[in-house]
Amino acid sequence: MDRVIYLDNNATTKVAEEVRDAILPFLNDKYGNPSSMHYIGAEAASAVENAREQVASLINADPLEIVFTGCGTESDNFAIQGILKAYPQKRHIVTTKVEHPAVLEQCKELKRLGYNVTFLGVDENGLLDIEEYKNSIRDDTAIVSIMWANNETGVIFPVKELADIAKKRGTIFHTDAIQAASKITIDMSSNSIDLLSISGHKFHAPKGIGVLYIRKDTKIRNLLIGGHQERGRRAGTENLTGIVGIGEACKLAKQNMNEEIIYITKLRDRLQQGILQKIPKVRINGALDKRLPNTLNVSFEGVEGESVLLLLSEDGICASTGSACTSGSLEPSHVLKTMKISEMLAFGVIRFSLSRYNTEEEIDYTLSVLPGIIEKLRKISPYWKG
Amino acid sequence: MWQYSEKVKDHFLNPRNVGVMDNPTVDVEVGSLVCGDALRLQLKIDPQTQKIIDARFQTFGCGSAIASASALTEMVIGKTIDEAIKVTNKDIIEYLGGLPQEKIHCSVMGEDALHKAIHKYKGIPYKEEEDDHTAIICKCFAVSEKKIRRVIRQNNLETVMDVTNYTKAGGGCGSCLPEIEDILKQELSKNG
Repeated sequence: MDRVIYLDNNATTKVAEEVRDAILPFLNDKYGNPSSMHYIGAEAASAVENAREQVASLINADPLEIVFTGCGTESDNFAIQGILKAYPQKRHIVTTKVEHPAVLEQCKELKRLGYNVTFLGVDENGLLDIEEYKNSIRDDTAIVSIMWANNETGVIFPVKELADIAKKRGTIFHTDAIQAASKITIDMSSNSIDLLSISGHKFHAPKGIGVLYIRKDTKIRNLLIGGHQERGRRAGTENLTGIVGIGEACKLAKQNMNEEIIYITKLRDRLQQGILQKIPKVRINGALDKRLPNTLNVSFEGVEGESVLLLLSEDGICASTGSACTSGSLEPSHVLKTMKISEMLAFGVIRFSLSRYNTEEEIDYTLSVLPGIIEKLRKISPYWKG
Repeated sequence: MWQYSEKVKDHFLNPRNVGVMDNPTVDVEVGSLVCGDALRLQLKIDPQTQKIIDARFQTFGCGSAIASASALTEMVIGKTIDEAIKVTNKDIIEYLGGLPQEKIHCSVMGEDALHKAIHKYKGIPYKEEEDDHTAIICKCFAVSEKKIRRVIRQNNLETVMDVTNYTKAGGGCGSCLPEIEDILKQELSKNG
């Protein structure tokens, strides 16, 4: 493909050149095991601690509160199951119906195992009802797990406020911040969130590296049992290259975040405006003023998302759909379903997610081909009444 | 384009016989918005020769749904209705040079539409869809026991995942998967 326009950054991102360069020595001479006593091991150990400081610095936390994990999903599993094991007498969990499967499917499994789980819904804009949330917390609620920002719609939940409410009720608050990290400011010194999950490959580090932030003095049991790595928090030899990579990616994110938010928001809004101007009968999903700067979730009436993706892909444009065909499930997105978006619009959804590597030219090219694609598919569709 | 064959890709990018015709002999629709894909099929049949002289389709669905419908129209034009009724989803798959496992239900939708159209032409009620609702096994996608059994037999299916790939049954909430497994066991034991 001559032209690559990558607008699927909520799925994964390109590894930044700076990150790749930072990693390379650890694929060459600096291959030590951070637990080894010799100087090669010591070099690796100090690289891990340097990365820990870089991660802590991005979210304004203490490096001692950072634990490296194998991925975002592991962080989410560690947080929830670690708390349940630490508070065996508490058998209730509060979460939402729009979580990523790493939390949602986990909570469904815990329900099958006998835990009580409250799954909170959202309104048509993807927002929670705070009163309903307040009332859902019980004396036996072990943990609340609510995402910071939604991976499909980009809708941001008021996690600071939600965590404060949980704190007052004496409940642990976990947030999956995998889509939020590096896209918006996270300041752990000014909130009462106890546990927070991050994943490296969502912001230009390689795949296979995650972080669980654990606030000091949080009582939590381990998920992976074995060696003493990560100060006894997470067994398993450290993913040295991944750790160095996520550290560097955090450093870059911290340096550039303010300008990037402005830049990416401008591109996203240009794409959104263009679509609204050029294509009739579309719906932008998710509260417009409470979204990640990079995410645009849009439904096209009368067409099915996968066929749109395939035609975009023919033009070199990579996007995604939360809809049936690509996700392995045949049902439309659980997020849009919870938002009570009609079936037609839920099946006709496309998610564009941008990064700092996108350009205005790419957005304009996308806008030059998308209207024709939608028109072509609407002509084929029995449901398009133009 | 992922795991699609060149032929699927061609039929998706350049679908044949798209649209709506004037005065079709029969005009049917299968699938629904709830299922996430639908196919409207129109046939023009010569009353003298009983030949299908034209076919048109409209599809709401993924790439392989569009390709399956396009292929179907190409396959049946020129056939008599007695020849056309013998066209199965397997023939559509073969014509397209294969479909990914999880997309086989698209070819089944093509077969359903064709059979429904020919039944309608002959004035024979097309039962499968109007099966009584106690026999609906998969509530998410409204798939009847009869259809599951037919597709298992016709395609020699061996696993529950095959059944989902071919009919979508069990692909939603998944609560009917144990029932599908029971049906499958019964069908497999019939075959010995």
